[in-house]
Amino acid sequence: MQPNEGMTVIVKTITRISVWIILLYGIYIVFHGHLSPGGGFGGGVIIALAFLNVMLAYGRKFTNNWLNISFLQDVEASSALMFVVLGILGISLGGSFLANFIYKGKLFDLISSGTILPLNIIIGIKVGMSLFLVVWALAATNPEKGD
Amino acid sequence: MIVYVLCFALFLVGTYGVIVKRDLVKIILSMGIQGYAVNLMIVLFGYRNGAIYPILAKGKDPVMMVDPLPQALVLTSIVIELGTTALIVALAIKIFEKYHTFDITKIRRLSG
Amino acid sequence: MILPYYIIIPLLSAFLITLIAGKKDYWAIILSFIAVSALLILSVFSFITMKDETVTYAMSNWPAPIGIILVQDALTSFTLVMVSIISLTSIIYSVQYIRHLSMDWKYYAIFMLLVTGMNGVIVTGDIFNMFVFLEISLFSAFALVAYGGRAEEFEAAFKYTVMGSVSSVMILMGVAILYSATSNLNMAKIAEVLPAVDDKVKFWVGGLFIAGFGLKAAIIPFHTWLPDAHSSAPAPISSMLSGVLIKALGIYAIIRIFFNVFDAPQIFLNIFLVLGTISIIIGVILAVGQWDMKRLLAYHSISQIGYILLGIGIATPLGILGAVFHLFNHALFKSLLFYNAGSVEMALGTRDLRKMGNLMKILPITSQTSLIASLSISGIPPFNGFFSKLVIIIAALQAGLPWYAVFAVIGSLLTLASFMKVQRYGFKGETVVDSVTNKIGWRMNTAMITLAVLCVITSLLIVPGIKEVTLDPVVKVITDRTQYIHLVLGGM
Repeated sequence: MQPNEGMTVIVKTITRISVWIILLYGIYIVFHGHLSPGGGFGGGVIIALAFLNVMLAYGRKFTNNWLNISFLQDVEASSALMFVVLGILGISLGGSFLANFIYKGKLFDLISSGTILPLNIIIGIKVGMSLFLVVWALAATNPEKGD
Repeated sequence: MIVYVLCFALFLVGTYGVIVKRDLVKIILSMGIQGYAVNLMIVLFGYRNGAIYPILAKGKDPVMMVDPLPQALVLTSIVIELGTTALIVALAIKIFEKYHTFDITKIRRLSG
Repeated sequence: MILPYYIIIPLLSAFLITLIAGKKDYWAIILSFIAVSALLILSVFSFITMKDETVTYAMSNWPAPIGIILVQDALTSFTLVMVSIISLTSIIYSVQYIRHLSMDWKYYAIFMLLVTGMNGVIVTGDIFNMFVFLEISLFSAFALVAYGGRAEEFEAAFKYTVMGSVSSVMILMGVAILYSATSNLNMAKIAEVLPAVDDKVKFWVGGLFIAGFGLKAAIIPFHTWLPDAHSSAPAPISSMLSGVLIKALGIYAIIRIFFNVFDAPQIFLNIFLVLGTISIIIGVILAVGQWDMKRLLAYHSISQIGYILLGIGIATPLGILGAVFHLFNHALFKSLLFYNAGSVEMALGTRDLRKMGNLMKILPITSQTSLIASLSISGIPPFNGFFSKLVIIIAALQAGLPWYAVFAVIGSLLTLASFMKVQRYGFKGETVVDSVTNKIGWRMNTAMITLAVLCVITSLLIVPGIKEVTLDPVVKVITDRTQYIHLVLGGM
């Protein structure tokens, strides 16, 4: 079996259903980072695993047609930039770097506790894209041909 | 007390692997074991007698909870070790392409 | 408050370079040049206007013992000026050198992350934050050592990564044990509650820190990664690693933790004296027999770090003055020597001393600056190396340790011998080389001439009128521990 073709039909069918459920679960953990354990990093790893499932089950060529890799690289770089921009906004509006300047809301609500929610979302996107792109780049090398 | 001695024994197992083993991949796995041992020890430092998990929910009061600061330190440490593992695996792949072996006694072009 | 900008400016430029400079590479050079120049202007400005005070800044508006604070006193601004000067000359030098390898924006992005990590280690006041920034700068160093793409660079980078990770894990274990003994992470607060802690815990933690930070600073017996990593890296990265990284990460952290937090117990000072002297002698003996030019320079780094450690171990104000002055001088002349080795390698294609010769005619600026740097490192007046080594030797004699002064003088004589070998074989030898593979451009010459001029000027820092302004506040911050606690915690 050639290494770029993917796996058998059973694996492809199950992956087609379960990828979206895994992605939804990762987004749930990212959004509830200030109420339950997990947060940006744990949710980001689950989002990366959702995309990696597609790459393992279907092969690299199909994933290259399905996703736009240069767009993902731009999203990753700009989310890192947004983190520093939120910190600088903290200087001008709140008084210190990364200060908590958004209205804090009630306890135990979903939209509460200031800047923690946007920072969690940014970290989730960045970690997910980074892990996926790192494993994508590692899988591009082909040791027998000396790439 | 016995718990910390066991964590240190796990750290020594990882150090044995880094020093003695000759295969590149086994060195990388032993570095991972060292990291796990230190993370476990940091989390165990925060335990208080008879306390519960430190998550504030409706109807619980924050009097008897374990120390949450070591758990934040461990989260940061796990992310750092993930980055190190990704970097060193990429280096190991590149070494295999140039030298065609994983044995460190044969990768000795720099010496002296 | 300009303290957080030392971290924001290089971090922002690293991410901007990744986003913008995909197709056009000159944006990367312009952005990194602007960022490093801004850092240099900020650090020189704060060093001049600061005099004797300590400034603190609370991140995210959380006050001192709970949150992370950034501290700036005389030692931090001194080290920041050193880092900024070497980074600026490295960026100017690497414009042409990296084009000779393969011009890429990724090099500049990782370089900016290296500068971020080093600035973070220098300005922070919290011990776990220091560990995180240490790891950021180490990752960038691991990736940059392997940048050229040859086989030896990957092998050297792998050795450096494994040994660096083991030492980082030991530092983390030391931080964890210190947290469980004193239950907070702020360095000034730990210094305040430390007399109540048992002595055995202090020795255990101090031993772990010497092993961990000693490997970053390349002290014998933790030095084995340094010759491979510093000789296989590209030339501007070698000068950044050997000039500022082993000093900002290793020696600065040792000074902060052992003098400001631990109050310098005598057993650690004895360990510093012994390890420093062994490093001087063994580093120079191993360096004399080398025929590869960059490997010889890397072994000399071990020996000069031994001088700084000897000065710290003496622990009188004169000894610390010599150590801090030698820190600054070594950054200048060691970076200049690595730039010379890089330009020789780029012009001739080889690093072996037996294959060179008669370079005075083809590379005039390189050979003249190399002569200035070799005289500085051997300790010949009136260059700056002479003054700093003289202060260390006089401090050793005044403190009643004559044998250590004898070893320091022997090390200096052997250094002179090995650099006479480099000058004779490399620049005035018999084999005539009359064709140059690549020409050296004006950018590389500018970087080398700047550092050579600074080598001559900084010997004026020991003149008694200027010494009170520049070097004495640094020494007072290191030796006066209660002032550090009072200024950091009392000023909130």
